[in-house]
Amino acid sequence: MVDVATHGATAHGATGVQPRGAKPKRRFSGGNIMLYGTLFVVSVYYLLPLWVMVMTSLKGMPEIRMGNIFAPPVEITFQPWVKAWSEACTGLNCDGLSRGFWNSVMITVPSVIISIIVASVNGYALVNWRFKGSEVFFTILIFGSFIPYQIMLYPIVILLRELHIYGTLYGLILVHTIFGMPILTLLFRNYFSSLPEELFKAARVDGAGFWRIYLQIMVPMSLPIFVVALILQITGIWNDFLFGVVFTKPEIYPMTVQLNNIVNSVQGVKEYNVNMAATLLTGLVPLFIYFVSGKLFVRGIAAGAVKG
Amino acid sequence: MTHSIQVKDLTLNFGSVSVLKNMNIDVAEGEFIVLLGPSGCGKSTLLNCLAGLLDITDGEIWIKGKNVTWAEPSERGIGMVFQSYALYPQMTVRGNLSFGLKNARMPKEEIDKRIARAAEILQIEPLLDRKPAALSGGQRQRVAIGRALVRDVDVFLFDEPLSNLDAKLRSELRVEIKRLHSRLNNTMVYVTHDQIEALTLADRIAVMRGGLIQQLAAPQEIYNRPSNLFVAGFIGSPSMNFLHGATIDGGAAFQFANTKINLAGYEGGAILERPKAILGLRPEHLHIQDHAEPGLTIPAVVEIDEPMGADSLVWLEAEGGLKMSVRVPVERRMAAGTAVHLKVDIPKASIFDTASEQRV
Repeated sequence: MVDVATHGATAHGATGVQPRGAKPKRRFSGGNIMLYGTLFVVSVYYLLPLWVMVMTSLKGMPEIRMGNIFAPPVEITFQPWVKAWSEACTGLNCDGLSRGFWNSVMITVPSVIISIIVASVNGYALVNWRFKGSEVFFTILIFGSFIPYQIMLYPIVILLRELHIYGTLYGLILVHTIFGMPILTLLFRNYFSSLPEELFKAARVDGAGFWRIYLQIMVPMSLPIFVVALILQITGIWNDFLFGVVFTKPEIYPMTVQLNNIVNSVQGVKEYNVNMAATLLTGLVPLFIYFVSGKLFVRGIAAGAVKG
Repeated sequence: MTHSIQVKDLTLNFGSVSVLKNMNIDVAEGEFIVLLGPSGCGKSTLLNCLAGLLDITDGEIWIKGKNVTWAEPSERGIGMVFQSYALYPQMTVRGNLSFGLKNARMPKEEIDKRIARAAEILQIEPLLDRKPAALSGGQRQRVAIGRALVRDVDVFLFDEPLSNLDAKLRSELRVEIKRLHSRLNNTMVYVTHDQIEALTLADRIAVMRGGLIQQLAAPQEIYNRPSNLFVAGFIGSPSMNFLHGATIDGGAAFQFANTKINLAGYEGGAILERPKAILGLRPEHLHIQDHAEPGLTIPAVVEIDEPMGADSLVWLEAEGGLKMSVRVPVERRMAAGTAVHLKVDIPKASIFDTASEQRV
């Protein structure tokens, strides 16, 4: 055995240095020009609206009326941003989008945290602590995600009314938590089932119970999927409009609803610069999340979401 | 004899599928039992039942005189070693070893003492502060054994612990496990599909098939006197030569094609006359010679020989196109096409009834 091993090693060493990695490619090959050309065109196509928005939001109204939506501002002004944030009027309130922003924060943060905690425990239990009927339970849960939201709106209104939380932040948080359940549970279930089952068995032999295995074994190994869930939920709940407008009232409207009210107000002059600034402000949070966690997101998606 | 593990009438069904059927095993204290069988025979399932990781349908499991049928895995006094090592990846080796002890709320000094002892026995002291990802396969499996060791349990359960290692490491760790057993003298139950591991490690082997124990006996007994056709064919490499024929003359002889073999000296029960029987002969219990001896030899023609280092295997064709293998000293090279005679070692042969497949 030993002989064979040393033999193999010397034979390998005798061949000397060998090239490693793929064969280098020429930089300006036809394929590359095509590839980068296409990428360039596509990115221009997607970036142009953003460009228009940013430029418009930095112009004063007189400059906007002159047309030329692609031109950069002659005179840069941040007044539209200030107005969108703290002065624009929706209905009776004239404190801008800031009210909606804080409402959205107060809706998103608890909804995201609660839904992820519950869904991850769901997924863990469905994989590792199978009980009689657990598959049926899971099927029903998944089936729930195929029912159009519109059908459920009115029943939920009644439900929330009976719970005395209709028109409150708690009501909306509850709705977001429940509606996040199917997809998040699926996500976590698939991820946990990709972890080796023997780890779970070993932990049980080591005397760890349901929660200890979850917290000390499963969660530390599942960072990528938690990041995926976090991104899905933050962007989903932040961008939600329908539930926000149906289950809350004007004082606690989330940012998206308020944005709509600002942009679509029919009174007075259309302030395009303020509208653009308000839209950008509303989109900033999901954008920020994507930029910060893009790499982890891809890793998490690759690790769990597409499997099973 | 005190019993360490007693399995009484254990039955396990998954829905309508019966996985383990009415099993009874008694394991003595300090005994090394190997569960051996082809994949899907239920050997790992049985081990999981012993560990308490699967709820059984019927029957009882006793460990150290306590009925643990419905006890939690951690309360059964067992340590388990898994095929994939199952080390907690985010913890250091020390963390892996101490996880179970911390769960049992053991004082820190005692934990440190036990880890030090296990690390010394398994020679993993320099690795204690590393993560499992920084360890080689052999080191990982050592740590996994250590995790069972620190629990200071009566019973070790091994679930194919060496299957993920390369051949060289496997044989090294195999010896180490045997050494560990002779040092600790714990009861060990070891699942494997590798018959070499089974034959080398076990005090007794339980050969399993289809959720049933086919034979539970010492390795030599299993090898020399397989209780049925399945065990005979499963154990031994290359497997036993099976000659299909009949026993005649009141069981005094075996008729195979045109050859009659005298069965005097057979070690077993009453052979009787059976219209259909099988004579099982291991490759090393046949001897190649040039001349025929009526009643003692089988004519055959050499096809190929395979020198294997220590000895050599000769493959031959006997009457009726039957392929046979014979083990010979490596110096003895046989030319293809040579007509020879195989002398049969009847005291070491096995006769099976074709209908019942049981050894006579």
